This record gives sequence, structure tokens and C-alpha cells, in this order.
Amino acid sequence: MANMNMIQALNSAMDIMLGRDPSVVLMGEDIGYFGGVFRATEGLQRKYGEQRVLDTPIAEGGIVAAAIGMGVNGLRPVAEIQFADYIYPGFDQIASELARIRYRSAGEFHAPVTIRTPCGGGIRGGQTHSQSPEGIFTHVSGLKVVMPSNPYDAKGLLITSIEDDDPVIFFEPKRLYNGPFDGDPNKPAVPWSAHPKGLVNEGYYTVPLGKADIVRSGTDVTVVTYGTMVFVALAAAAALGLDAEIIDLRSLVPLDVDTLCSSVRKTGRCVVAHEATRFSGFGAEILSVVQEECFWDLEAPIQRVAGWDTPYPHAFEWEYFPGQQRVRTALTAVMEPA
Amino acid sequence: MTNPPSRLHLPHPPARPGEAPDFSYVHLSAAGTVTRPDVNARARDIEFLSTELVRVLDDEGVARGPWNPHLDPAELQVGLRHMLLTRIFDERMQRTQRAGKISFYIRSLGEEAVSVAQCMALRPGDMLFPSYRNQGLHIARGTPLVDLMNQLLSNTQDMCKGRQLPVMYHSKAGNIFSISGNLATQFPQAVGWAMAAAIKGEDHLAASWIGEGSSAEADFHHALLFASVYQAPVILNVVNNQWAISTFQGYAGGEQRSFAARGPGYGIAGIRVDGNDFLAVHAVTHWAAERARTGAGPTLIELVTYRAAAHSTSDDPARYRAKDDHEHWPLGDPVLRLKQHLIALGEWSEVRHAELAAELDTLVAASWREAVTHGTMTEGPRLNADLMFEDVFKEMPANLQRQRALMRAERR
Repeated sequence: MANMNMIQALNSAMDIMLGRDPSVVLMGEDIGYFGGVFRATEGLQRKYGEQRVLDTPIAEGGIVAAAIGMGVNGLRPVAEIQFADYIYPGFDQIASELARIRYRSAGEFHAPVTIRTPCGGGIRGGQTHSQSPEGIFTHVSGLKVVMPSNPYDAKGLLITSIEDDDPVIFFEPKRLYNGPFDGDPNKPAVPWSAHPKGLVNEGYYTVPLGKADIVRSGTDVTVVTYGTMVFVALAAAAALGLDAEIIDLRSLVPLDVDTLCSSVRKTGRCVVAHEATRFSGFGAEILSVVQEECFWDLEAPIQRVAGWDTPYPHAFEWEYFPGQQRVRTALTAVMEPA
Repeated sequence: MTNPPSRLHLPHPPARPGEAPDFSYVHLSAAGTVTRPDVNARARDIEFLSTELVRVLDDEGVARGPWNPHLDPAELQVGLRHMLLTRIFDERMQRTQRAGKISFYIRSLGEEAVSVAQCMALRPGDMLFPSYRNQGLHIARGTPLVDLMNQLLSNTQDMCKGRQLPVMYHSKAGNIFSISGNLATQFPQAVGWAMAAAIKGEDHLAASWIGEGSSAEADFHHALLFASVYQAPVILNVVNNQWAISTFQGYAGGEQRSFAARGPGYGIAGIRVDGNDFLAVHAVTHWAAERARTGAGPTLIELVTYRAAAHSTSDDPARYRAKDDHEHWPLGDPVLRLKQHLIALGEWSEVRHAELAAELDTLVAASWREAVTHGTMTEGPRLNADLMFEDVFKEMPANLQRQRALMRAERR
């Protein structure tokens, strides 16, 4: 075991998979010689060669399309889109092609592509380096959608994603790359070395898709969340002195309905929290599932915490970000007696 | 004196309905006049290929010049057979659609040499990424007609299990990729396939086809860029049949520069070929394949041809182009030209041609009779609708299993 931040854990996952499986190749902008703008692929081109860790042109549509062709030809490409905000030029290749090749060819062809992409705000990225577009991809049939919240899960989930024969969109909340973040930008940054999930097995291991993690057990209220909001939710519930059950979904598709519904049946109260915009966000799907499955167990209307329905503004980053105050408001509302 | 105000240039086809066809805009080279460079020539040294027009067969059906592939007459006869079968199959399926037996069809009338000659110039292990007008690839690679018809019928033997619009075939065994229906997406995928072949150290190449109209899509440019950057073993084909439904090729940028000239712009060889000349298409494709296999890099081929039929069964070209346009197309008809050539060689005759046509007619009719036993849209056995939920993922997730049960309950 070793202390790793999320970047190091992701790097370790790719290192291990490049070593284990000769069909694994990495590709993306700045990922080869330079090791990636966030350093996730540092040293891997040196170790595995230029034929397996490819620098690419700045053309996300081309990157995804080439990865599909490689996947069809027996490789297992891991493509990095430098920021999730840049993924849209590749959207047609993802939604119309990658997601449907198995389906449209009745299983004759498939492309086991993993697309890694840093998402989320809190790094002064402005409206083009802060988005959380996961809900756009969960709406596409045929894609798996993953978002880890810590180094241990990031590594295990990425290995699972690379080994998966279905396409996976792997979102990395970049505010969590270097440490857990409770939503207060004025507090000193906490490194992953101070957190148990920063202790990572150096070898091969997997974390399954479709299995949520109960980050904290509790009986008062269930908070269903993922990515950046996991630690914000923990802190907000603690500040209110609530015995909250915090569920980190880890993968949105497939969705672990059983874990989140068992929890809501136990607590009778539910808050859904994500950083992405609210309207038509993935939280709406969670709300709907909980309402369908747990309506008669609910003691209060489900509350939703999200980013505002605006682009992510540079100067008002912390007014935009769904921080502890917004979570506390939701928790307070959901705890009100009927 | 003031300058005139700027005005948009709006490309116009030379002839609209009621006007006389005019193909003077098509730059032609005489058969046999274009130099054939060594397969290892550098792209920058052979840019002339992107503006000239490689032609082998002259107006008398005689093969001329350095691009003559000197194919064995028996191989030419096979090519003629594949082209004629493609045409007869198309005619029959068109009538079948008009009779309401299938929902949609796309003919390749006048463009048969593109798929057939190109396919025959490649090796069976080369991977093909077709567009929707490349049925000749399946014919030339031997996909059984019944399989193609089953797909058109979405019947119980449909290779796509009822998921795809007619003509969106695939053949894993034949190394022919699944057709998307979204235009141009296959072009950069083919480059990725070729990149993988190079990464694995194999000598297979990839070939892909798009129309000149869809060369306007970003995917076309991604394909050329990636092919150029990585010098991928790929052949990228633009089938310039002059029309994208009603949109004349000028709207894809064909007025100012040939489509083949996009190649040199990206630093890859671009070559313009008479797409209705079986020998020229074969020779150019073989040359490009040799380049790819010997590490000389990718090639962009523009096949100059004419869409003699409607875009699809949903289209009526009489509304936007001169009615008898294709009769005046200066590059003629690919089937007739190869037939004329074989007759000139003493290797074919009108009688043999008529016999072949009759034999292929019988084959198509017999295949149809067999296909309909597996069901049609209106009669006979039907695919199980449960198949809708399969192959979304490798393993069916719980939510799809639940929805499948709900769908079954709806139909009870």
C-alpha cells in the first residue's frame, strides 16, 4: 500500500493495465511526452513507448473516432479528453457511434473504449473548464458512466472500466485530484495522504461498476451523491449534527438502485446532490427512482442540491458551487417534521 | 468609383430541370495520359495527380497508358459479373420497395465500378468501412444475396436483428464494417483501425468511402489529419457522384478545388480517377494499397462518377436536376465500358452478356424467394421483439431486463 493522490492512482491504474494487456493503448492531447496537463499519464510513454501512449492532434472528434477504429481492431484504447468541457466535438462519435456499434451490428462488432475526462469546478476554470456534463452521457443508451471521488476508487474503477467490453465515460472530478474537498475554498487544502482512501494498493485490483459505496452509515437522512459533492455532503451533515447516511454512487450507469433505495427505506429522507446544473440533471433521475421505489417510506419531499442553471462563471465560482450552505439548507428542509 | 458591395457566391449546378445538361465543369484528362508515379513517391512530389484524371479505357474501350493494370481477362469477367449483379440486385430491390415489400432502398446505379473494382484491388484481410452506397463491396466479397435481402426485410434472419434501416449491412466474416446511417463517421474510424494495424505490426490496411457531400463533415478532416499525422495504412475514398440528395457538389467545396486536392493540403497523396473506368479504379486502388503496405502512407482517392439514380427510394431527382442528366455524363457507364473493353479483347460478347444477365436475374429472384421464407414486414415469421433489449451492453443490465418484462406485458 502507498499514499497516492487521485492522479497517482489513475496513473498507477493505466501503468498496470499497459503492463498486463498489450492491447491497451493510451491516447490524447499532451498525454505522451509531457504526461498530460494534469500529469495523469506521466512517465507512461517513456515506459511503454510511443506506439502505445500516443500524443494526438487537438481534435476530440478525431480522438474518439480513432479510438473506436482501434477498438474494433482489437485494441483497448483509453482516450483522454483534456477537459470534459472539450468533449462536445467528440459527442457524435460517442453518442451515435461508440455507444451503438455493438447494438447496430447485433454484437458482431464492438469497441471497448474508455474515455477519461476531468470534470467539475473549483479550480478557477471559468465556464469552459468547470463543467459536469455527466447527465448528457447517462442519457445515451449503451454508455457506462463512472465518477470516482477518491484515489482508491479511482484506480479500481479505472481498471474495471478499461477491462470492460462496453464503452465507459470516466469522469474525474479535478478538484479532488490532490485532496478531499469539503466545499470551503478558504480552508487550507487537505492532501490525500491524510485520508484513508488515499492509501492505495500498488498492485492490480478492481472496484466494480454498479456498486455504490456507503461512505458513512446513518439513520437520519440519506444523501445520494457522487464526485466532488461527497465530501461537501459529509461536512454539511456533520455541521448540522445529523446522523446522515452518505452514498457515493461511483458509477451512474449502471446505477446501484438497491443500495440507495435500501438506505432511503431505512432513513425515510433523501437529499440528492451533484455539482452539475439542476434542470434535467442526473439528480432528477435519482429523484424519480427514489420516488418510484420508496414513496411510501418517505417522511418528507426529496431535496435536490445542484449547480445553478447557468454556465459556470469565473468570478462567481463559489457563489455558483453547491457548497455546504446549499447542502445544509436542503438537509434542514428534509428534516423538518411533517 | 466605389467597389461593388460584397455578395455571397452561391454555387449552382449547370442544369436544373428543363435545362440542357452541361458537364463542361468536369475536368477530364484523355485516357492513358496521366503519369503513374512510383508507389513510394512523396505526396508533395505527385500533387498533379489530384487535379488530373486517371483514365485507362478510351472511348473505344481500349486500355491505354501507364495505369493499365493488365488484369487477366478472367478477372475482368469476374469484375463485370459483380458489377452486373450489383445492378440487377439494385433494380430488383428498387421494385420490391415500390411494391411495398421493404421500407427503403438505395441504388448504386452508375457507381458500381467504385465498390467492385476497389474491393477486387484489395486483399480479403483489408478492412472496409463503407458508406450506404457500397453494396458492391458485399457483392465482391461474397456476402450471400439472401443475407443482404434478409437485412432489407428486417426478417428473422436479419444480420442486424431488426435494428437498422435497410442497406445498413455489415459482415464480420467479410471484414466489412457496420454502416452507421450518420454520414462520414466511418472515415476517421477507418483511420483508427489502420493505426491499430500499424501498432500491432500487421500488414492489413483499412479503406473507407464517403460521398463528396459528406466530405463537408468534420469527420472527413479528422480522418485526413490523423491519417497524415500517423501515416496510417489507410485508403480514404471520396465518391464524387456530383449530388448529395439535391445538393450539388459545389456546396461541398468542389467548385474551387478538386476533392482529391484536400489530400496534398494535409500532406497525403491525393489522386483523381475516372470512377466509371473499372481498370483505372482498380489500378489506382492497387497503387494506393501498395503505398499503404510499404509504409509510403495514406492516399485520398476521388472517384469521379455520377449518381445516375435517385439518392434513395424517398427521393425524386426530377425536382432538382435535368431529367436525362446521366445520359450526358462524359464518363459513361461502368458496366457498358468494361463490357465494351472485354468485347474488344475478344473475351466477351453480346450473347454471353445476355446469358450472364439472365443467370444473375435468376439468382436474384431465387435469393428473394428464399429470403421471404424468413419473413417480410407484412407476412411470415417475425423477429422476437425481445431482441430490442440485447446488445445495448454486453450483459443486459437490470433496468433493461425490467423494461423487457414490461414490454412483454404490454403485448400480452
